[in-house]
Amino acid sequence: MIDSKLLELKNLSKRFPLGGGVFFRPSGWVRAVDGVSFDVSKGESFGLVGESGCGKTTLGRLILRLIDPTSGKIFFDGQDITNLSRAQMRPFRSRIQIIFQDPYSSLDPRMKVKSIITEPLRVNKQLSESQRRDIASELLQKVGLRSVDLDKYPHEFSGGQRQRLGIARALCVRPDLIVADEPVSALDVSIQAQVINLMADLKDEFRLAYIFISHDLSVVHYVCERIAVMYLGTIVEMAPTEDFRVSPRHPYTETLLHAVPPPDPHRKVQPFSMEGDVPNPLDPPTGCAFHPRCQYVFDKCRVKTPSLVGVRPHQFVACWLNQGRGLGID
Amino acid sequence: MNTKLLEIENLSVHFYTPEGIVRAVDGVSFDVAPGETLGLVGESGCGKSVTSLSILGLIASPPGQIDSGQIKFENQNLLAFDSEKLRQIRGRYISMIFQEPMTSLNPVLTIGRQVAEPLMVHKGLSKSEAYQEALAWLEHVKIPAARMRLNDYPHQLSGGMRQRVMIAMAMVCQPKLLIADEPTTALDVTIQAQILSLMIRLKEELGMSLLLITHDLGVIAQMASRVLVMYAGEIVEDASAFDLFDQPFHPYTQGLLKSIPRLDVHQKTQGKRLSEISGIVPSLIDDIAGCKFADRCPHVFNQCRQQKPELFTICDSQRARCWLKQFPELRNIDD
Repeated sequence: MIDSKLLELKNLSKRFPLGGGVFFRPSGWVRAVDGVSFDVSKGESFGLVGESGCGKTTLGRLILRLIDPTSGKIFFDGQDITNLSRAQMRPFRSRIQIIFQDPYSSLDPRMKVKSIITEPLRVNKQLSESQRRDIASELLQKVGLRSVDLDKYPHEFSGGQRQRLGIARALCVRPDLIVADEPVSALDVSIQAQVINLMADLKDEFRLAYIFISHDLSVVHYVCERIAVMYLGTIVEMAPTEDFRVSPRHPYTETLLHAVPPPDPHRKVQPFSMEGDVPNPLDPPTGCAFHPRCQYVFDKCRVKTPSLVGVRPHQFVACWLNQGRGLGID
Repeated sequence: MNTKLLEIENLSVHFYTPEGIVRAVDGVSFDVAPGETLGLVGESGCGKSVTSLSILGLIASPPGQIDSGQIKFENQNLLAFDSEKLRQIRGRYISMIFQEPMTSLNPVLTIGRQVAEPLMVHKGLSKSEAYQEALAWLEHVKIPAARMRLNDYPHQLSGGMRQRVMIAMAMVCQPKLLIADEPTTALDVTIQAQILSLMIRLKEELGMSLLLITHDLGVIAQMASRVLVMYAGEIVEDASAFDLFDQPFHPYTQGLLKSIPRLDVHQKTQGKRLSEISGIVPSLIDDIAGCKFADRCPHVFNQCRQQKPELFTICDSQRARCWLKQFPELRNIDD
C-alpha cells in the first residue's frame, strides 16, 4: 500500500555549522538530525519524543521545509519535495501546517482573531472578505470558541484559548498533515486535556495526520498511534504505542519510561540509577551515542554505531543488545 | 509542646495593580511538621509560588502586600521580623530552590563562591574553610570532578548540574526547612528523576522538612506525604497523599487527577477521551461571593454561589473546601 504513505523521510540529515561566518570556515559541525528515516500514513498520528537537544524540533522544521536538509530526501504524497523552490513549495504549504508550543509568541498581538486564523487563506485562495469571515467563524466553533471572538485581539484570551486559535489557523487551509511542536507543554493540566481532546476530535473529523513532537511521554502515548524516540539526532526506537509502552527494547526508552513518576503514591519507583547528562552534541561519543549512560554497555557499543533494525513487526530498535547478543533486558 | 516547624495562619497576599486588587493568596492556613514533606499543587496563578515567597519575605512591595495573617517559624512570627533578622533566617534555617536554575544563580560569580557564601555569612567560616565545605557539598550532590568545577561559572554547566549547585547552595547550612518551587520543571525527565532521588536522599540524611511546590501530580505522588491543593488563591483540599490519590473529595482535585494522561495504567487508553475540566480559572481581581470553583464545577448548586465553603473535615487526614460535604446527596453521579 504505497499510496497510503503521506510523508516519507529517507535518511534525512541536518548539520549546523559552528562558529565561522561569511569569511571563516566553521570550526565544527553539529549533527542535529542524523540519518532519520520513517513514514507517516494519511490520518496517522506519529509521536516524536526525546529530551532537549535531541533534534526533534529540527526534524519538525525540516519536514515543513523551513530549513533545508544537508542530505536525504523528503517525499510528500509521493512527490519529492526536498529541493523544491519557494514557489514550487507553495501548493504544499497549505497541506502541511504547524502548531507551535508557545501560544503567546506565536500569535501576532496586533492582529484580530479573524485575520490571524484566515491569514493562510489570503495567501492560498482567492476569497472575499465575507467568505473569509464565514470560514473563520466556522473554524472558531470547531475549536470551541465563539464567533463573537472574531473581532478580539490575542491578549483577550487565556493560554488554552490561544492554543485553540493556533489550531484553528492551522486547520483553515484543510491540511493533510499538522506538525505539532510541543502543543500542550505550556498549558496547565486541566487545559492540556481540553486541547488534547480537541486535537483528537479534529483528527477524526478532518482525517488529519499529526507529527506530535513532545518531551512528555504520557501525553504522546495518549495521542499517538506510533512513537519514535530520538537521542542525539537519531531515532533509537520506533514502535506502535502499546509495544512501546509495554515492551520497549532500547535501554534509553526503558529509562525514559522508568523516569516518568507515576501519579500513584502506592507505586513508589525505585531510586533512579542512570547518572550523567545527555552528551555534548559537539563531541558525540563514539559508537552508540547512548553508551556512556547505558547500564548494559559492552565493548561493541563503544566502537560501532548500531542501525535501526526490525525486532518484530513494526518495532525497530538501534541497539546491539537486539542484534545477536541476546536481549539481557529482563 | 509545639510540634510544628512552620505555621501559616490566614495568610492573604494582595497585589495592588491599576486593574484592581489581585487576591493572589486569600486566607491560606497550613503547617509543616519537622521532617515532613508537604506538597503544594495547583495550576498557574493559583498562588502557590506567592505563598512560598511570602514565607521568606520575598514579595515585591509595591505592588504586593501581605494584608493579613501570621507566618510562624519555630513559634516566631516571621512577618514581624525586620529585613536584617529575616536575612539571618534565609539560607540558614529556611532555604529555597527555584525553578529556573539559570536565572537563580549569579552569572558573574563562580559556583564555588556561590555555594561557599552562605557558610561565610551565616556560620562565620573563613574563606578557605567555606570553600572546603562547599567542595564537600558539590561532591555530595554528585557534581562530577567537583574540585575543578569550583571555579566554573553557571553558564558552563548543564541545566541538571546547575540545579545540583542550587541544591548544594540551599543545603550547606543544613536548614530545617527547604522550600522547593518547581525544582524539576525545567529539566528533562531523566534529569528530573536524578534530582528527585537526590532530594529524597538529602532529606533523609538531614531530617529536614520539605515544602515541595509543583504542578506535576506524578512528582507529588512520589515525594509528598501530605498534599495541599490550591485553586485561585485558596486551599481547596488538604489530605494525606494516599487519601488525595485514592479518594479525592473536592471536584477540582477529582478533575485534575482524571485529566492527566497516565503511562502506568494498564488499559487501552488509545482513543479514549481524557476527562477535562471545562472553563478557565476565574480572575483573581473579581470578588467571588461563593465557591471560586463553582463556574467550572459539574456538581454546582445554589449554596455554592451564595456562601463560601470552609475546609470541612472529611476524615482524620483529609479536609476539603466544598459544600458537598454538607449536601452529599447533591453530588452528580454520572462518572
